[in-house]
Amino acid sequence: MSLSLLPPEFKIVRDDERCIACQVCVRQCANDVHIYDPEDDWVYSDYSRCVGCHRCVTLCPTRAITCVENPLDFRANANWTHAMITSLHKQAETGGILLSGMGCDQPQRIYFDHLLLNASQVTNPSIDPLREPMELRTHIGRKPDRVEVSCEDGKVKLNTQLAPQLTLETPIMFSAMSYGSISYNACVSLARAAKQAGIVYNTGEGGLHPTLYEYGPWTIAQVASGRFGVHPQYLDVAAALEIKIGQGAKPGIGGHLPGEKVSAEVSKTRMIPEGTDALSPAPHHDIYSIEDLRQLIYALKEATDYKKPVGVKVAAVHNIAPIASGIARAGADYIAIDGLRGGTGAAPTVIRNNVGIPIELAISAVDQRLRQEGIRNQVSLIAAGSIRNSGDVVKIIALGADAVYIGTGALVALGCHLCQKCYTGKCNWGIATQDPYLTKRLNPNIGSRRLVNLVRAWSLEIKEMLGGMGVNAIESLRGNRDHLRGVGLNEVELRSLGIKAAGQA
Amino acid sequence: MKRIYVNEEYCIACRLCEVHCLVQHSQSKKIIKAYKEEAPQLMPRLVFEEEGPLSFAMPCRHCVDAPCLDACITGAMHRDEETEAVLCDEDRCVGCWMCVMACPFGAIQRNLKSTKAASKCDLCYGEDMPACVAHCPNEALTFEER
Amino acid sequence: MRYVIIGNSAAAVGAIEAIRQHDAENPITVISDETHHVYSRPLVCHLLGELVDEDRMYYRPLDFYEQHQVEPMLGVRATGIDTQAKAVSLAGGGTVSYDQLLLAVGGKPFVPPVEGIDLDGVFTFTKWEDAQKIDRYIKDNDVRSVLIVGGGLIGMKAVKALMARGLRLTVVELADRILSTSFDHTASKLAESILRRAGAEVITNTTVKEIVGKDDGSGRGQAIDHAVLQDGEKVDCDLVIFGIGVRPNLDLILPEPERQTGIKVNRGIVVDAHMRTSVPDVYAAGDCVETYDMILEVERPIAIWPHATRQGHVAGCNMAGVEKTYAGGFPMNSEDIAGVPTIAVGLTDLEGQVPSESQNEYEIIEKYDRAALTYKRLVLHHNRLVGAICVGDIDRAGIYTGLIRDQVDVTPFKEHLLSGSFGLISLPKEYRKHMVVGEGIIV
Repeated sequence: MSLSLLPPEFKIVRDDERCIACQVCVRQCANDVHIYDPEDDWVYSDYSRCVGCHRCVTLCPTRAITCVENPLDFRANANWTHAMITSLHKQAETGGILLSGMGCDQPQRIYFDHLLLNASQVTNPSIDPLREPMELRTHIGRKPDRVEVSCEDGKVKLNTQLAPQLTLETPIMFSAMSYGSISYNACVSLARAAKQAGIVYNTGEGGLHPTLYEYGPWTIAQVASGRFGVHPQYLDVAAALEIKIGQGAKPGIGGHLPGEKVSAEVSKTRMIPEGTDALSPAPHHDIYSIEDLRQLIYALKEATDYKKPVGVKVAAVHNIAPIASGIARAGADYIAIDGLRGGTGAAPTVIRNNVGIPIELAISAVDQRLRQEGIRNQVSLIAAGSIRNSGDVVKIIALGADAVYIGTGALVALGCHLCQKCYTGKCNWGIATQDPYLTKRLNPNIGSRRLVNLVRAWSLEIKEMLGGMGVNAIESLRGNRDHLRGVGLNEVELRSLGIKAAGQA
Repeated sequence: MKRIYVNEEYCIACRLCEVHCLVQHSQSKKIIKAYKEEAPQLMPRLVFEEEGPLSFAMPCRHCVDAPCLDACITGAMHRDEETEAVLCDEDRCVGCWMCVMACPFGAIQRNLKSTKAASKCDLCYGEDMPACVAHCPNEALTFEER
Repeated sequence: MRYVIIGNSAAAVGAIEAIRQHDAENPITVISDETHHVYSRPLVCHLLGELVDEDRMYYRPLDFYEQHQVEPMLGVRATGIDTQAKAVSLAGGGTVSYDQLLLAVGGKPFVPPVEGIDLDGVFTFTKWEDAQKIDRYIKDNDVRSVLIVGGGLIGMKAVKALMARGLRLTVVELADRILSTSFDHTASKLAESILRRAGAEVITNTTVKEIVGKDDGSGRGQAIDHAVLQDGEKVDCDLVIFGIGVRPNLDLILPEPERQTGIKVNRGIVVDAHMRTSVPDVYAAGDCVETYDMILEVERPIAIWPHATRQGHVAGCNMAGVEKTYAGGFPMNSEDIAGVPTIAVGLTDLEGQVPSESQNEYEIIEKYDRAALTYKRLVLHHNRLVGAICVGDIDRAGIYTGLIRDQVDVTPFKEHLLSGSFGLISLPKEYRKHMVVGEGIIV
């Protein structure tokens, strides 16, 4: 067996004066990096296996450990970076597709970091969110072309019948993460937090575990190409349905859950044999045209008596605007667009990093296009693909979204440190694993609390920003691109986003 | 009476409960000093059980009808009037181990390192919250009245 | 309303504390022929062995009687009970009348009628006074060697005390092995080898026939020269301690015709589950009673400290008008033999306890580590634990006691019972959850 050329990615630095050999790090590392030597009564580390998840760093009671990037220098080369060389070595050793977890980590332009918000001054006053009502409530669903009301005895009556809506207390939802890619405890945390925060979470393509049916009113049930776990009750308990055509991390290819992660419970929920790989094909094998999509949308609406919104989730690709237009006309109540930097449990690295377009450009294009066609009201737009903070939320809504999906953000709230090794099933934080030793680490009491805290914190920040802009309802911000200015962007980008440059009034 | 309750679903077998119990009952009560200087004489007062992915800490239950109180021949085992906790006066204990024989939870250990007396959880007498509960990273141990 | 307790040890304390939990006012009188404040009889051997000082002998703080409003009549011997008039007569005249009476009179050491037991230097070994006498005798007579008659638990206590004082010891046991009622053959042999290695001599299958004094070999007031065993063997010794056994103290009730108390006795005082005797308002608890053996399913005396405390507690509750029952008990002993800890609980050996035709209903599991000198033995009846012996490794032995008491079906975890990692984690989840989450167990 020949030598591996792969150097350690991380280095463990242990302060032996602080280390008390309590062995917590030894027990907590799923990659067996730390080792206790009973003869010498000390702990040392074989950091070739370290993935940089910081579990040991966090749990060490004396803060004796830290984790640094392995300080291994190659001769400076702007073209063949360290990462490129290592990836190539890996492929030469394995002959396989390189996989990664989570979203694109390459320095593609992050448009959020080039967008600036406005604030009110002098010409129109700010609003104080502590004193005046600030509406964050958002309704996801098809809005009518016109609204007819009548007035009787001083009471206003709505005569137009509205399409079913999904009501959110704040324009943030938990993105689709399947049971199988994440642990049961993670699913429970998301479900409970969604209920408590008055928003929704998405089942992803793993079906819905029966113990979570009680959270149905706060659940979007996803129907993906593998149709895992899709049965009448699944559709019945959910508040909304979502047809998954693609996801931002791997546009054009299907989902993949390795057999090791298909435990007994996962297999029951997905309705597949235990231990088999769960492969979702790239296209739905019954959707080969826009008419086929329309047929599935209406099949689902029929099956649920037209009582729930049915949305479609697509990845942001080059012709996202006409695609969205087609989907709106096909009868979808909302379109979820997942951008280039969207996360995943496992994707081929080359596809994750190179396929798709950033969500900022996609939402702008779709919002402007649908307005041009006069059909913007027929669908709600949900933006996904690395929404990292409340600033990103406000900016993407200003660019045209109704609400956002947070996936990576939610997992980070649960404890994820973005080590990107989700596909190994050895998530040290108990999130992206089915290993019973590891899933215990995510206590849903703590997990749901952290998620609710996150949503609450962001909502408060959004209210502050809205107040600063002189806006008192999130609705008024939607597509209101005059609140944005670009900085460091060229003319084409500014035009594409539909915004002015900073400095222009 | 507030007791320590154990939730085996969330125990991650990190054993930080043992670490902090030991530190709390050390002289210095400082973690590095306790381990580096006092360690050979110290032992945690809760029993930790682990088998496969299942694990949990087992501190004394401070039973309402405690068999160790019946069994103690010296009167070292006594119930504290204020907290209702069952405490062992280690200076009076002679190490007869009748309590070890009587406790159905196996929660009493023999301290052969220093005191040669019975050693068990004392609910961190004098503190607001037992050290194990305060430091459990996954809230597997709670201190509550039920 | 007056409570009177004859006796001042474990059962008495259990009763006092129980009564005071429910009745803070009515007077309690304790009558004891010993002068000491309530002390621990099991600690007598520690006192003799100079392992504890006098202060540690007291079982409860010195203000115990005051705190519990008890009138102690110490150094006063009760001589009889008039159950019709409800009065206890005392030595030197005088009576104490009662409304509720508890007999907590404990046990008496059994001494066989051997020639020479009247010599100085022959002692029994149960009370504080005994320890004081023996201690004085050792010091005054330059005692070097001791003969201990009885290789049971009491004998072992004497061994513990005297070995700590550096004396040369010989243990003589009538049965074919020491500790025959608490241990099985293997554990007994192991105990024997431990004793021998510690320098004691052990002679089995015999007992003392005669104790011979110095000079002409008979009469009172003479020091001991040697003892003669049944087979004629001579054992040199300066001191003889009889530690054969303890019988329930029935002196206040027997002989029946003279005493006329009407209290029914068998091998011990007969009591029901409420610790009531056959006479109304008269209770009995502790080493003097016959109680329900949960394992053998018979009534018999089980003279164990925790049972005495518990029985006293039950009696006290009932005396104060609060109903409580005693479910019964089984033998349990923790004894260290020359520094090696041992625990024996329940039915540890079938021989002599279970008729041979029923013996096939039982299963024995053992683990004997000759190198580490540890031994564990479990006795199962229809997959329920009925007995346990632990020699050397006694950690968490109480779990076995709990399984015996609760009569848990061990089938799901039988293979784990003797493993190093055996614990609550090996038990079925529902049973464990009940134990861990509930208020603690009910005795």
